[in-house]
Amino acid sequence: MTLVRQTLYMTVRHLRELSRQPWFVGVTLVQPVIWLLLFGALFKRIVDIPGFHGHSYIAFLAPGVVVMTAMFNSAWSGMALIEDLNRGVTARFLVSPVARQALIAGRLVKEAVVVVIQSLIIVVLALIVGASFPGGPGGVAALFAVSALLGATFGGLSNGFALIMRQEEALIGAVQFIVLPLTFLSSTFLQPNLMPSWIRHVADFNPVNWAVVAGRAATSASPDWGLVASRAGFLALLLALCLAFATRAFQSYQRSV
Amino acid sequence: MQQAIEADGLVKSYPKGVTALDGLSFEVQQGTVFGLLGPNGAGKSTAVKILTTLTRPDQGRASVAGLDVVAQPDLVRRAAGVVAQGSGVDVQATGRENLRLQGQVYGMRGRSLERRVGELLERFGLADAADRIARGYSGGMQRRLDIAMALVHDPTVLFLDEPTTGLDPEVRAEMWSEISGLAAGQGKTVLLTTHYLEEADQLAARLAIVDRGRIVAQGSPEELKRELRGDAIQVELASDGAPEQAPDGSAPSAIDGLPGIREVALEGRMLLARADDGGRAVPALLQALEAHSVAVASVRVARPSLDDVYLRYTGRTFDAAEAEAAEVSR
Repeated sequence: MTLVRQTLYMTVRHLRELSRQPWFVGVTLVQPVIWLLLFGALFKRIVDIPGFHGHSYIAFLAPGVVVMTAMFNSAWSGMALIEDLNRGVTARFLVSPVARQALIAGRLVKEAVVVVIQSLIIVVLALIVGASFPGGPGGVAALFAVSALLGATFGGLSNGFALIMRQEEALIGAVQFIVLPLTFLSSTFLQPNLMPSWIRHVADFNPVNWAVVAGRAATSASPDWGLVASRAGFLALLLALCLAFATRAFQSYQRSV
Repeated sequence: MQQAIEADGLVKSYPKGVTALDGLSFEVQQGTVFGLLGPNGAGKSTAVKILTTLTRPDQGRASVAGLDVVAQPDLVRRAAGVVAQGSGVDVQATGRENLRLQGQVYGMRGRSLERRVGELLERFGLADAADRIARGYSGGMQRRLDIAMALVHDPTVLFLDEPTTGLDPEVRAEMWSEISGLAAGQGKTVLLTTHYLEEADQLAARLAIVDRGRIVAQGSPEELKRELRGDAIQVELASDGAPEQAPDGSAPSAIDGLPGIREVALEGRMLLARADDGGRAVPALLQALEAHSVAVASVRVARPSLDDVYLRYTGRTFDAAEAEAAEVSR
């Protein structure tokens, strides 16, 4: 109970920060808009490739862009933590009775909230440019949920790295190293049956792909809810691991001070 | 009687082979201000970090309010308030939001929390700025907010790690009166680290001089200074309206051998000497100079300073030690 309350206090702190610079959400939407509009337009003819199911590439791409955006932005979550380390804010909390889990979880809940806001904007935009989500509002909600799970997972990873590296440059390097390859080793841009088989096999173990697969299934005309639930389950498990990792990483920081 | 803070043989070294603490031991009596004095890099901050449970010692043990810092960190955290070196203020939140969150993490809530927050804002002169973002606060205001946050849960032991570093002199003086009030008025135990000799002298009832991770001397500022060999006497010799004229070379011999006066030396126009009791030695000294027709422009008697104490126990001046520390950290 205390843990939940402390997490809430920390979430309020981070969301308040965000509410004071709401333009930040807009800035982070530049990339997904480019993916959706330019990439979507550029590869419009992909639907003509034999073996591609469906008639609209934008409709295929939209859930992938939602998931990708969730990962891209949450992966920077550790940057704010490094700023807190440098400003002495984290040290102040560490000598108070607040649980370390709450210090991390507060950030992850905030990331999840941001993911939902961004996803909503992307979905509206996708609808405007001609995408459709035949699964209806329930399917879209499921897409948001798996995206939020993925965002929180990468947020946890990013915060753990932040505590271990404690340098913005190092964290930027790590994030760059991870996010693009994971995106391309998934079915974000292309249907699995059209991928080289090795990428298809790697993608099975890629959390980004889990979210894309689940999100796309949930928003399709006839959702395979078993598939959605299993991928969401994997993500939840991974999130728990990342939360534990980030919480333990405080020890690394505390040894260094 | 139980000591509010006990450190016993604390050893801590950092990965790159830097030994921050090398067997640090001291005790702080309840309700007093205790000063840890030393140059940057002496190990003061590391001691505070161990005592406040931010990090662990490699060896040795320590307790705060009778609670072991390694075995009972959560209880120590509730008993202690901490003002770290550098600010811990969240500069993207207002002063009130900072204080409120600080209270919340200590389990305070609702109206009693709001009352406490308002009280502290008032007391530390932040009431008018309470709802402004802390980024716009002056250094002094941020520091006062730091202290207010450390006090929100009414801790019995307060750690102040270089609370006035980087503040201008006026703000520092304000801070001093606030700090001394904490122990005197509210019975709190205060551990203060500082590299300002003057600050330790002003605030601490007892102090320990830290050098290279060890305590080299301990006592009240008066006791420490008394151990030195007497007061310094500085006599400025008059030059009879002709500044370029060399002072009378006979001046040192005039006072050498006077009872209670020793270490006589002449540096330019300054005649220097030491005396067990400077005040009592001066009349005889002036008489002797007059008898030798040496004209005097001014006389100054200086009680030994903590600077002298530091020099005596560590073999180097405080400034030299600071410069050395700066060299190492580069």
